[in-house]
Amino acid sequence: MNAAGALFSRFGIAFLPAIMVVAALPLIGSFSSWATLSIAGLAMGMMIFMMASGLSLIFGLMDVLNFGHSAFVTFGAFIAASTLAALGGWVGAPSLTLNLMALGAAIGAAALFGLAAGYLFERVIVRPVYRDHLRQILITMGALIVAEQIVLAIWGGSPVAVPRPALLTGSIILGDVAIEIYRLFAFGLGLAAYVALHLMLNRTRIGLLIRAGVENREMVEALGYRVDRLFIAVFMAGSALAAVGGAMWAGYQGLISATLGGEMLVLVFIVVIIGGLGSIQGSLVGALMVGLLGNYVAFLFPKLSLASNMLLMLAILMWRPNGLLPAVKR
Amino acid sequence: MGANGPSLPDRARNGRLAVYAIAAAIGLILAFAPFLFGDVRSQQVAARICVFIVLVASYDLLIGYTGIVSFAHTMFFGLGAYGAAIALKQWGPGWSAVLVGGGAGIVAAAALAALIGVLSLRVKAIFFAMVTLAAASVMLVLASQLSAITNGEDGLVYVAPKLLTPATILFTGADGKAAKWFGVRMDGKIAAYYFVFLTCLVLFAALYRIIRSPLGAVLEAVRENEIRAEAIGYRVVAYRTAVFVIAAVIAACAGVVWAVWLRYTGPETTLSFAIMIDILLMVVIGGMGTMTGAVIGVTVMSLAQFYLKDLMGAAAEATAAIPVLPQLLNPDRWLFWLGILFILLVYFFPAGVAGTLMKKGTH
Repeated sequence: MNAAGALFSRFGIAFLPAIMVVAALPLIGSFSSWATLSIAGLAMGMMIFMMASGLSLIFGLMDVLNFGHSAFVTFGAFIAASTLAALGGWVGAPSLTLNLMALGAAIGAAALFGLAAGYLFERVIVRPVYRDHLRQILITMGALIVAEQIVLAIWGGSPVAVPRPALLTGSIILGDVAIEIYRLFAFGLGLAAYVALHLMLNRTRIGLLIRAGVENREMVEALGYRVDRLFIAVFMAGSALAAVGGAMWAGYQGLISATLGGEMLVLVFIVVIIGGLGSIQGSLVGALMVGLLGNYVAFLFPKLSLASNMLLMLAILMWRPNGLLPAVKR
Repeated sequence: MGANGPSLPDRARNGRLAVYAIAAAIGLILAFAPFLFGDVRSQQVAARICVFIVLVASYDLLIGYTGIVSFAHTMFFGLGAYGAAIALKQWGPGWSAVLVGGGAGIVAAAALAALIGVLSLRVKAIFFAMVTLAAASVMLVLASQLSAITNGEDGLVYVAPKLLTPATILFTGADGKAAKWFGVRMDGKIAAYYFVFLTCLVLFAALYRIIRSPLGAVLEAVRENEIRAEAIGYRVVAYRTAVFVIAAVIAACAGVVWAVWLRYTGPETTLSFAIMIDILLMVVIGGMGTMTGAVIGVTVMSLAQFYLKDLMGAAAEATAAIPVLPQLLNPDRWLFWLGILFILLVYFFPAGVAGTLMKKGTH
């Protein structure tokens, strides 16, 4: 590859979502709908990023693909919905503090659940089947079925309404563009998660070990580090991120049902494949592209919206068979 | 098979015999199902078992014999079913509609399988599983959104070819109505069942022939050691793609048969994710890498599906006083228990019923 090409693959891929945003403007025509769609797409992308990044890291570090990952998304969504419903007084109150406390409680409950369930899941379900992809896929799939049934048993089959804190309802009007506050919040939270992950991976000792483990696990173990303990931590953090992503998604949708996780799983997989396994940057770029494209296509050609992500994945797989920014070199 | 008879330990040989005996017994029961069970529901179960044996055996060709994990098997099943269903709906009942529509569905399945295979079978197994899952879910969405052709979520209702409708008389009796043989009326319903049974028998025999052929041996070599197979000179990607296409074609054929039998095709009966889970459970229960295992797995699962629900309903009533348990024992939650059973099976008996009996591990 020549120098310009190398430079593009180093930095240019990060601008693919930006290129997509610019390219969409002439196609859509109207500036205000373009702005609304872009913001919706970015917000959606950030929520998908939270769900996908954990899956991607888990795979990168331990070569485990968890088909049950979306169960954490579903549980996170339902737990957040129940917490918000239980704190109905705080949610409805016009007070900023109470609103924030209710929201923090909901997201915190989802995250705590993700941590605890992630620990159990890794211990009980995943641990016995390391290094055996076929059984991994089958067992995590079985766990997904069981988790979905538990959600159905606890919360029932009919959709559950998610109360949204008063603070996050309504929109900001800038010129003739209306921006939903919730979307800004989702974008901000996703961005914060990305920055935190990025700093953690690139600026701390644990991050260094995780990156080294992704690159060459045996070598890190040979140097005396317990990669398996590191992995439990990554697994728990990834599950908690998925649960928070699910909680945010629940608030975004307003009405959730037990199939939510399964529906998101497909998008999450597409993001992980586009981004390249094991890479946080790749997951972010992939998630933003999927979110933006989904919104643009839903506006331009409503019938194609899910197929569009599939086509995006095919195109990228043909261009780069290992995804945009793969961290795993196996 | 006969070559390794005496050298095997007795227990293994007995297990092997037991598996074949069970499979043969199931085959015989299916062959005479209309005479053994009079009621409509049992015939429905028997026909479903026939179709799913083919579907699961073709899936086993992928997962058990070649080591490919695909979640798109229902997509190919659905393509065949929708092909036949759309043609029967548009042109009215007739064999030409079944042949042309079903044929188009089968060709589409083959083309799509070749495309997916060439694009993504060269990467890791896990990547392939994700790609097929995404493809299958897109197909499900397409089937429910292109409602002008597929009638969306409601699906298509149509009339089967004339020979297979209940009004047809195969053999006229003394009174001018359909003759009764052993108490069973020789009408189109019998013809429909035997259409399903015989087509499925032919498809199953074809699958059996494939795994006993040199191609089957290469597939097992690819599963056991991909790099060695490649080094010997077999083009692994070409073989994988070929077997993916073969499995897709057979699944699509099963879809055509299913569409003709049910006289209804919708997302729920062909494309839904629940059916993919059924197939997975059946393969694992029966035993991956054994065609006879498919027969056993399908039978066990189908009987459980139809009769376990009644049992669970009774259990839920009995435990009504305990908090969460009745919800989990609710007949709608039967997948919960099957999911747990599935996980336990993969842990402790990865070879399934047939594999464990034959003492022939898949790993």
